[in-house]
Amino acid sequence: MIGRAFLRRATTPAMYVALLVLWELSVRTFAVPSWILPAPTLIAATARSWAPDLIYNSYITIAETLVGFLLALVLSLPLAIMIAFTVVLRQLLYPILLALQSIPKVALAPLVILWLGVGTAPKVVVVILVSFFPILVNVVAGLEAVPKPMLDLMHSLKASEAAIFRRVRAPFATPYLFTGCKIAITFAVIGAVIGEFVAAQEGLGYMIIISTAQSLTPLAFAAIILLTFISIGFFYAVEFLERRFVTWHL
Amino acid sequence: MKHVGAGLVASSPTAESASTAEQSRNDAPLIELSNVSKCFGELRALGPIDLAIADASFVSIVGPSGCGKSTLLRLISGLDRPSEGRLQRYGADLDGPSRRVGIMFQDHVLLPWASLLENVMLPADVFALPRTAALERARWLLELTGLKDFADHKPHMLSGGMKQRAAFCRALLPDPELLLLDEPFGALDALSREELSLELSRLWQDLARTAILITHDIEEAILLGDRLIVMSQRPGRILLDIGIDLPRPRDVDTAKRQRFLEIKQMARDLIFRRKQA
Repeated sequence: MIGRAFLRRATTPAMYVALLVLWELSVRTFAVPSWILPAPTLIAATARSWAPDLIYNSYITIAETLVGFLLALVLSLPLAIMIAFTVVLRQLLYPILLALQSIPKVALAPLVILWLGVGTAPKVVVVILVSFFPILVNVVAGLEAVPKPMLDLMHSLKASEAAIFRRVRAPFATPYLFTGCKIAITFAVIGAVIGEFVAAQEGLGYMIIISTAQSLTPLAFAAIILLTFISIGFFYAVEFLERRFVTWHL
Repeated sequence: MKHVGAGLVASSPTAESASTAEQSRNDAPLIELSNVSKCFGELRALGPIDLAIADASFVSIVGPSGCGKSTLLRLISGLDRPSEGRLQRYGADLDGPSRRVGIMFQDHVLLPWASLLENVMLPADVFALPRTAALERARWLLELTGLKDFADHKPHMLSGGMKQRAAFCRALLPDPELLLLDEPFGALDALSREELSLELSRLWQDLARTAILITHDIEEAILLGDRLIVMSQRPGRILLDIGIDLPRPRDVDTAKRQRFLEIKQMARDLIFRRKQA
């Protein structure tokens, strides 16, 4: 007998399989040309024959995403702490940063390429641009969201600002940091692809541009699916770390 | 009349002072407020108040909500400063919080990421106290409050009463000379409230420390205190300052005593008469 729990767990995967089957059947039934919408089986076959290229270009995109994301993290954390703790910096920097955040960073990609050339650097910079703000804004919010009673408690113990930061503010802001990282890592993949769209000789974004230009639609689909998995993988990696580090709730 | 809290001074002009001749043998009282008031902008929240609190007494301060009693406690703790008047601890002007004063807030304020033991140890960590001795005391306090088996649990796994007990342990860890209790049972249900307040009363008696309890519950105030201070509505002033001459240890039956009921009636009359006026 199939248990209820199993049924509940099986619902989502079953739905995905059903959609794939529907896709395959529709494409075959209506004889859709493969350069418009390839069937899942054709995408899989194409992916197999292009496997070495797909793997290499995935590696390029993953590297750009990861390096850019980590640099954004390294840059935004000290800045967030400075903004949260110094009134002057807060008044000087925060309005500028918030204004910058309103610029669609994707629109800056061509400029970044113009300034930095066509190598890896401009892609990493675009990734930094898109993933920097979500981390910064969330960490600042977390550092400032510490409940007043907790601060009262620390003040009643005559704790120094450094002690308050270490024992209360930093742990309190950790879930906010992870929220920021989850947004940022998703943006980071988009940033890398945009960078590759504008000017590149490698990466999954480059593969999509090249294959669509040559009507190799199944290959473009394979690259897009890989990008999706990379994005999901990164997201769950961050969530995994979050569950390791944030084992508490209010 | 036998006064448990000997050495109490109350000189507020509005107070029906019940202090006796045996008062204030110390040179300077533990806490002394002279003409203290607190304003928030135009609004006078508290005072002016004159009040002295002696060593080894348990003072209950009761008053209607919004009467400034929590403000009073924050002033005594040094977390806030009075707008006017003078506040002294052992004859010295108070300039901020002291590590010899423990506070128990209305909300337990346990750090949610730390275990119960780590939470209780917080003052020791901040003060950089010798770790072994502090750990020993923390474990002793946890055992005293029935939390021994939960030392490694995170706060969210515990009931409201247990969290409040842990907060009590944390406040007592550095062995403060003064314990400030800001409606410590306010967030609890009626049953845990009574149980915990009696438990705290017994513990306090053993530890023989000075405590100031803020509450809006008249019965709780009488049950725990050696001295009852009744405050008026905003701006809070002292309406009544009376010794609670009920024997210790106190228990559920204490609330049935004639004297308990008399004091309760007196406090109620004062609070409600003022409300209607």
